[in-house]
Amino acid sequence: MTIKQLSVFLENKSGRLNEVLGILGQADIRIIAATVADTSEYGILRLITSDTAKAYEVLKANRVSAQQSDVVALTCNSTAAEFAEQMDYFTREGLSVEYMYCFSTGEKAFLILRTSDNAMVDAIARKYGLDIITEKELLSV
Amino acid sequence: MDNLYFQPEIETMERSSLETLQLKRLKESIGTALRSPFYSTRLGKLGITPDSIRTLGDLRRLPFTTKEDLRSNYPFGLVAVPADRVVRLHSSSGTTGNPTVICHSQHDLECWAGRVARCLYMVGLRNTDVFQNTSGYGMFTGGLGFQYGAELLGALTVPAAAGNTVRQIKFIRDFGTTAIHAIPSYAFRLYEVMREMGISPRTDTRLTTLVIGAEPHTEAQRRKIEEAFGVKAYNSFGMSEMSGPGVAFECPCQNGLHLWEDCYIMEIIDPETLEPLPDGEVGELVLTTLDREAMPLIRYRTRDLTRIIPGECPCGRTHRRIDRIKGRSDDMFIVKGVNIFPMQIEKILMQFRELGTNYLITVDTVNSNDEVMVEVELGDLFTDDYSQLQRLTRDITRQLKDEILVTPKVRLVDRGTLPQETGKAVRVKDLRKNK
Ligand SMILES: [Zn+2]
Repeated sequence: MTIKQLSVFLENKSGRLNEVLGILGQADIRIIAATVADTSEYGILRLITSDTAKAYEVLKANRVSAQQSDVVALTCNSTAAEFAEQMDYFTREGLSVEYMYCFSTGEKAFLILRTSDNAMVDAIARKYGLDIITEKELLSV
Repeated sequence: MDNLYFQPEIETMERSSLETLQLKRLKESIGTALRSPFYSTRLGKLGITPDSIRTLGDLRRLPFTTKEDLRSNYPFGLVAVPADRVVRLHSSSGTTGNPTVICHSQHDLECWAGRVARCLYMVGLRNTDVFQNTSGYGMFTGGLGFQYGAELLGALTVPAAAGNTVRQIKFIRDFGTTAIHAIPSYAFRLYEVMREMGISPRTDTRLTTLVIGAEPHTEAQRRKIEEAFGVKAYNSFGMSEMSGPGVAFECPCQNGLHLWEDCYIMEIIDPETLEPLPDGEVGELVLTTLDREAMPLIRYRTRDLTRIIPGECPCGRTHRRIDRIKGRSDDMFIVKGVNIFPMQIEKILMQFRELGTNYLITVDTVNSNDEVMVEVELGDLFTDDYSQLQRLTRDITRQLKDEILVTPKVRLVDRGTLPQETGKAVRVKDLRKNK
């Protein structure tokens, strides 16, 4: 089960992140989770939003380079031990995680995972009883 | 059987006869030119007479004529016939200083129309065709130039002129237009509006041929136009100083433009050293008129960059071909002794589907070394994977190096960051102190 993520190309120049967030704010789009990864040349902003399709359209209309992709969201208790355990299952099954980011609401932690094989994530989750959540569940957090 | 050539005896003339004709006409042209105030001084000072020219190679001993010469002798300093022989002039606007003016006699207009008719016939137009010209009329030579040429051919010629796209489309349908002359960007515009109106150029019109020119464009853009309209699109080359359209034109082989060598002598020179370049090498096109009497031009530096395509053309025409225009020599820059043209870089960038159409080339001195930086806008983000973005950057860099022989620094930038592609976007910024 996957959820939609939005990736945005960010040139490394001051104020660009604010511009992008401003565009989304204008369109009443809520940000559930966000992470920025960057190199010396450029960065990529990754977002889970309240309406990914709409967010993509408004960014496109504002000539911002963006892309939608599928990621998986898991929930667990927000302790380091639980995190480690979750990741360990994937390593054990030989599934490499391209990147991961998370946020927490007190006791609960939410992990957003990007892997090369989302179907395999489902299988691993079933096997080890991991708690995959739907887009709807994530949005109501 | 329908003849392939409008003027077979000229178009397929043996090279040796063609060169004999060129030499004869060159001597006449110099004789005529010497009657103008400008050339009587410029050539007279050097003691040049028609008899100074024994072979075509002797032309190289004559000085170049530049746009600046036309400007500083504005308007009639190069006119070589009495006022009663001059029947028309065309002028091109100058952004700086005087405009340039080209004067024509009745003979000149007839020769010009003949060349245009020859071009249109070459790509299959006949007296039963309906030719719609979307050029601006008036001072701009693309209007009257094509009008008289298409009329001479016998085609029904619609002087639709520029603009009003909905009306153009109505004409295309009502008059059964089979051929259009348009600049490439306007051809795309026509197609867009047709689509909005629910008209298919393939099924709802009789179009077979598009003549495109006056604006540099790539092979990929031409194929796009052909695909959109379901027609053949042919590249046209001309300039007001050389009368207008009809200087060189593609034949059905669509591999280079035959330059009419009975009317012009062409040379390709290195724009820096001004030395002639062998066939096949890119440089500045220099033209000498051979059949113009009101205002002959000797070794005129066109500023257009192209090359002579070596070898014979399968169509049977013996007039040599030039390649599509690769840009202006003013845009050329030199890095580490290599001549680089923005069009070379553009051609490579356009091959990457991940990229947008805007780019900027910056040349600067870094640690006493000349460096080229190419910034290019991304299209829609195609990946959110760094390694792929890095691979893309590497691929672009490698292909550019193969083309320009210098390793550029490539930067992907966000859309909308660089100057817009419309109009005359600045493509090269040269920040070096010593160029
Ligand atoms: Zn040919």
